[in-house]
Amino acid sequence: MSLVNVSRRRFLVGSSAAGLSLGLALPFGARRAHASADFPDEINAWVVVQPDETVIIRIARSEMGQGTLTGLAQLVAEELDCDWNRVTTEYPTPTENLERGRVWQSFATGGSRGIRESHQYVREGGAAARMMLISAAAADWGVPASECSASKGTITHGPSGRTTSYGKVAGAASRLEVPEQVSLKDPKDWTIAGQPLKRLDTDPKVTGAQVYGADISLPGMLNAAIKQCPVFGGTVKSFDAAAVAGRPGVRKVVQVGDDAVAVVADRWWEAKTALDSLPVEWNFGEHADASSEAMAKIIGEALDADQAFVGNERGDAAAGLERAAKTVQATYAYPHQNHATMEPMNATVKYTDDLCEVWCPTQNGEGALATAAEASGLPPTQCQVYKLLLGGGFGRRGAIHDFVRQAVLIAKQMPGTPVKLMWTREEDMTHGQYHPVTQARLTAGLDDDGNVTAFRVRIAGQSILAGMMPERLGGGPDPVAFQCYAPDGDHAFAYDFENLLVDHAMRNPHVPPGFWRGVNANQNTLYTECFIDELAHAAGRDPLEFRLAHMKQHPKNAAVLKAVAEKAGWGEPAPDGVFRGLAQCTAFGSHIAACAEVSVKDGQLVMHRIVAATDCGTAVNPQQIEAQVEGSFVYGLSAMLYGECTVKDGRVQQTNFHNYPVMFIRDMPEVETIVMPSGGFWGGVGEPTIAVAAPAVLNALFAATGKRIRSFPLKHHDLSAA
Amino acid sequence: MAKLNVNGRDVEVDADGSTPLLWVLREHLGLTGTKYGCGIAQCGACTVHINGQAVRTCVRPLASVSAGDEIVTIEGLSEDGSHPVQQAWRELDVPQCGYCQTGMIMASAALLAKNAAPSDDDIDREITNICRCGTYRRVRAGIHLAADSLAKDASKAGGAA
Ligand code: FES
Ligand code: FES
Repeated sequence: MSLVNVSRRRFLVGSSAAGLSLGLALPFGARRAHASADFPDEINAWVVVQPDETVIIRIARSEMGQGTLTGLAQLVAEELDCDWNRVTTEYPTPTENLERGRVWQSFATGGSRGIRESHQYVREGGAAARMMLISAAAADWGVPASECSASKGTITHGPSGRTTSYGKVAGAASRLEVPEQVSLKDPKDWTIAGQPLKRLDTDPKVTGAQVYGADISLPGMLNAAIKQCPVFGGTVKSFDAAAVAGRPGVRKVVQVGDDAVAVVADRWWEAKTALDSLPVEWNFGEHADASSEAMAKIIGEALDADQAFVGNERGDAAAGLERAAKTVQATYAYPHQNHATMEPMNATVKYTDDLCEVWCPTQNGEGALATAAEASGLPPTQCQVYKLLLGGGFGRRGAIHDFVRQAVLIAKQMPGTPVKLMWTREEDMTHGQYHPVTQARLTAGLDDDGNVTAFRVRIAGQSILAGMMPERLGGGPDPVAFQCYAPDGDHAFAYDFENLLVDHAMRNPHVPPGFWRGVNANQNTLYTECFIDELAHAAGRDPLEFRLAHMKQHPKNAAVLKAVAEKAGWGEPAPDGVFRGLAQCTAFGSHIAACAEVSVKDGQLVMHRIVAATDCGTAVNPQQIEAQVEGSFVYGLSAMLYGECTVKDGRVQQTNFHNYPVMFIRDMPEVETIVMPSGGFWGGVGEPTIAVAAPAVLNALFAATGKRIRSFPLKHHDLSAA
Repeated sequence: MAKLNVNGRDVEVDADGSTPLLWVLREHLGLTGTKYGCGIAQCGACTVHINGQAVRTCVRPLASVSAGDEIVTIEGLSEDGSHPVQQAWRELDVPQCGYCQTGMIMASAALLAKNAAPSDDDIDREITNICRCGTYRRVRAGIHLAADSLAKDASKAGGAA
């Protein structure tokens, strides 16, 4: 393996892979935890220092807009004490990870875990590299390493004042053993991490040079468009390839698995238009009559089912309800949602008998590799996945790589020819992995003082794990269904109620479920926080005071709630016609709250401002946290306002943004974000805040109109004042 | 062969007249900065300038464009990525995933070309591009920042005259 290939590969998969032109990239083979002779500039698995002082930081997790790439680089650079202005990044491939004993550990990028799960070992990687660079310089000078220090890529020998640079000693450092014991800095001493630094991946995104999976072009590459059976679970009966064979550019019409047909052509537009006129007959299968109404009925009945999985129980909810002076009950429902990433699903594959190469946007390179291996029939070591920056992920490109499987199955039918498969928006809308559909009935008792005597939640409906990885559940409960209702941990229910029962009557429709940004924290927090608001009103108490009175054992949640209330001016008069609402929860390891300000004009909701607070424990890049808070609000509020995927005749009816509308800039409220890390833990950032946006707005909407909205999206409701 | 003028260059493309300009740009001319997001003029990811106007190219057939029309894509918006909108975008770290941003930048640049100091209402009315990452707040701030820097340039130029 020559260095030429490495630099070519860097050109290919680096974070600024502009002007991509490739096809010759080779896997760079097995390496040890420290550098091999082939890669003299690698200090250890995480850090490469080049003679020109460029520092390449290896990033295992995927960048999909959430800023993880920059945040992880900040953490490594902090411990490395390198010059941030010389930092660039690259992705190792999952096959390299496999061959090196998973030296980069997990590639999975979901559940807001990119940083919070890997901060320890990536920082240790940076710290170890710094120690090795210092040791190399000290050895060269013949002085003890303890007399040397490093700053911004310069090593100084204290007593003599001699200096050298990382680039100069990198070769020698790379030959040293990686130290096993490293100590990490106290976050209060950070100068790179914890700072609101600019992202590393912005420039090509503003010039158009950024190459996404959709933009890949390989020599001799063909393009494929695909159509899957409109009904989930259906199959291809027949198709008439001859009918489109003569169309311009068309090379081949292929069946893909048992449920899809693809046209391969010189250009994608040719493939897509040929596919549009390809006669296809389907076996729609057993779900051909399924509808949202029928699903809602089954799920609704499960609200009363005798059998359910218990997710959280303390005290005696039944007894608590019995002794209540007043009982309040409400039923809520939340529909299917589509991820609708801006970049449609795609993957490019070149298959030969001994190598299957995949270029794709993925939230989990190792998952994509496993899919490539399975679909190609080759061992994973004979597959390569080259990750590209994602044009949005939101959970769609993580757990199931249907697009990779399809692209491999197509390319396998044309060995040696690279084929890019890209879905239409219509395929993307109708073949997603949908936010699960659930309903919930909440019942609570209040005593004479308006305190809660019992809190009872029955969730009914779809389980993501049952749909995606049934083998993991084995017919048992889905712990993910209880996000924000858990007894403790990342998704702890953040109220004290001494008598509590939360259970889940699982009912799984045929629509495939998926992890959708915020996952079950979305609707579970909406259910809880809107209902808490109902309780506060039933008790005749202020919603802030009522909440705080019931969360004494959750001081971090109380702190974020107070922070938003104070900043928003809770308790003080709002501007004329403007009303406020609150919400809080613990999700993905962070404590979050929001206070929304809305008004209703001519029956239309106007969202003026949302003040948000997050205690994510440790803040790696505050300005990116702000961006994630704002972005998560747009995602969650788009669903609340407009989002629903409905099913008729077994298929999803929404096909594009005209019938699955999302927020525009004109819908965007002002967002004020309070980042208040309390230290000592690492919470997630990309998802948690999505959970509080909708309930805060809905509670404000109730304050404005007296209307409780309990089914979604909001567009179905008349908001004219009651 | 259809003749086009793209980013100041005369080019010829061999494509059916019904082919949307989006796919001509992407697949015949290799200008992949212009994105496919919906194909039905809903999202704006495919926005370019034709004679200075923001146009959604996914629904604009090749046959409807003539050699005399000046087409500008994100690659041709500025020589070196220094258009005030691009600079503002960098300054405020606007992009998240970035997929929508080239269209967002082209729409914003077209807006500023006809309205040098757009109000929030103008932005609400004119910028109807979809961003699933939810960068809207920074997009708005970016448009205002670009407008400010254009105004400063104009006053400098005015002062010199
Ligand atoms: S791709 Fe043209 S507007 Fe969406
Ligand atoms: S930045 Fe990702 S869609 Fe706009």
